[in-house]
Amino acid sequence: MSGLVAEMTAKALKLNIPLSVQLDLTYRCNERCIHCYLDHADHGEMTTAEIKDLLDQMADAGVFYLTVSGGEILMRRDFFEILEYARKRTFCIKLKTNGILIREKEAERIKALGVESVQISIYSHVADVHDAITKMPGSLKHSIEAIRRLRAHGIHVIMANVLMVQNMTDYPGVQALAVELGAQFIMDPTITPMMDGDRSILNLNVDEAALREVFRNGALVGNVEEFCAPPPGPDEDALDMLPCSAGHTACYVSPYGDIYPCVQFPLPSGNVRRMKFVDIWRNSPQLQEVRSITLRDMPSCSKCTHGATCTRCPGLAYMEGNMRGPSSQDCEKSFARTGIPSENLKARKASTQSFQSSQLVQIQRLQPAAVFAAGETEDTTVNA
Amino acid sequence: MNNKRYVSRTNAIAARVLGDETMVMSAANSTLFTLDEVATVIWEAADGATPLEEIVTKRICTQFDVTPEVALRDAESFVEQLAEHGLVSCSDRPIAQSSSSPRVNP
Repeated sequence: MSGLVAEMTAKALKLNIPLSVQLDLTYRCNERCIHCYLDHADHGEMTTAEIKDLLDQMADAGVFYLTVSGGEILMRRDFFEILEYARKRTFCIKLKTNGILIREKEAERIKALGVESVQISIYSHVADVHDAITKMPGSLKHSIEAIRRLRAHGIHVIMANVLMVQNMTDYPGVQALAVELGAQFIMDPTITPMMDGDRSILNLNVDEAALREVFRNGALVGNVEEFCAPPPGPDEDALDMLPCSAGHTACYVSPYGDIYPCVQFPLPSGNVRRMKFVDIWRNSPQLQEVRSITLRDMPSCSKCTHGATCTRCPGLAYMEGNMRGPSSQDCEKSFARTGIPSENLKARKASTQSFQSSQLVQIQRLQPAAVFAAGETEDTTVNA
Repeated sequence: MNNKRYVSRTNAIAARVLGDETMVMSAANSTLFTLDEVATVIWEAADGATPLEEIVTKRICTQFDVTPEVALRDAESFVEQLAEHGLVSCSDRPIAQSSSSPRVNP
């Protein structure tokens, strides 16, 4: 974060201004990515008029960065009408799309509307791998064509590579493709649970060895020694740190008008169809609770050596059952990065060992009562 | 001869008032600027219809302790900097606002 951005973010925090909002226009999509956390059915999206009214409210509340995402944003026929309105309200607009519906005409309009950046997910430079993830034949070709069109207009394109089991060896190829296309490359090594809490897609996450390799790749992380250095542990100042911008200077609005602290933090905090955006932002008990939490309030993380340097996502912690608890996926990332287990990982390991010991204790307790022969004891072990 | 100078915010900007400052970003190169309290007053008044001199005398000199000469000189320098970065356009005639012209915060 540049000095000026950090300064403005600090000011927004002090003034309780929602500087950044991600607005999902729709959950409908023309791809069916295997790792997607959304339900793609339309359960009553906001109308064009509702979205314009919301954009007015957000501009008046001080929102500067507006990330327009989905689902696939161009599935909405009124997409450009909304984008034009957002431009008129002088947001800094960032788009997230798969690019499949961006032809020359759309690229021209995006350029004319002064969009700051367009982020497009590219899972692999190999069509078979990418298309198997999106479940849409030809999708890599279409997405790359869109990137070329956008770049031809000088638009800042970000190629986002989500790392998962299916594409774990392909990121160097995607990175090289980004260089060739003149796009920025970013990688996200975390598959998150679905918004309804279903955790079945987490089995797509790469294992610790693959994460370790990624974190030791200088082309991705810069100075490896610095990036993987053992953490100093949280000092007194760090204990008063805020976890992240979710709910503090940022929030998320779903296509149905629901407000959450972040797209990865599905804590329902209000709905703009029933209340004004600014009233939810200022008065929602849920957002106020999120804002009240510092590292000091987190029983495990405040004692953890990674406490001050961890990428802990409060939304993932919430989806694990406790917004003051650890996010195990981030614990695993901290471990892969430094080789030092977090307090949470140590507790989980101890709990597993203790569970195994308690099974042994139980077997021993059963023996005198039944006076089993050796073979029968083994059966009891299995049943226990 | 008309010495008046008209200033209008361009369409290629993102901007938001944050307390007594304004954040402005150029869409052309994503460069972020912050405008202080005085600059924010000029920015908000730059509607393409009000001459810069009038903005200075009616908005700046009435709110801040500064002479019209000094204020106008500083305002002209400020406007030139903004124009260099494509954030405003300047003309010796009023600049028509299109329907897509940006609206600033109230």
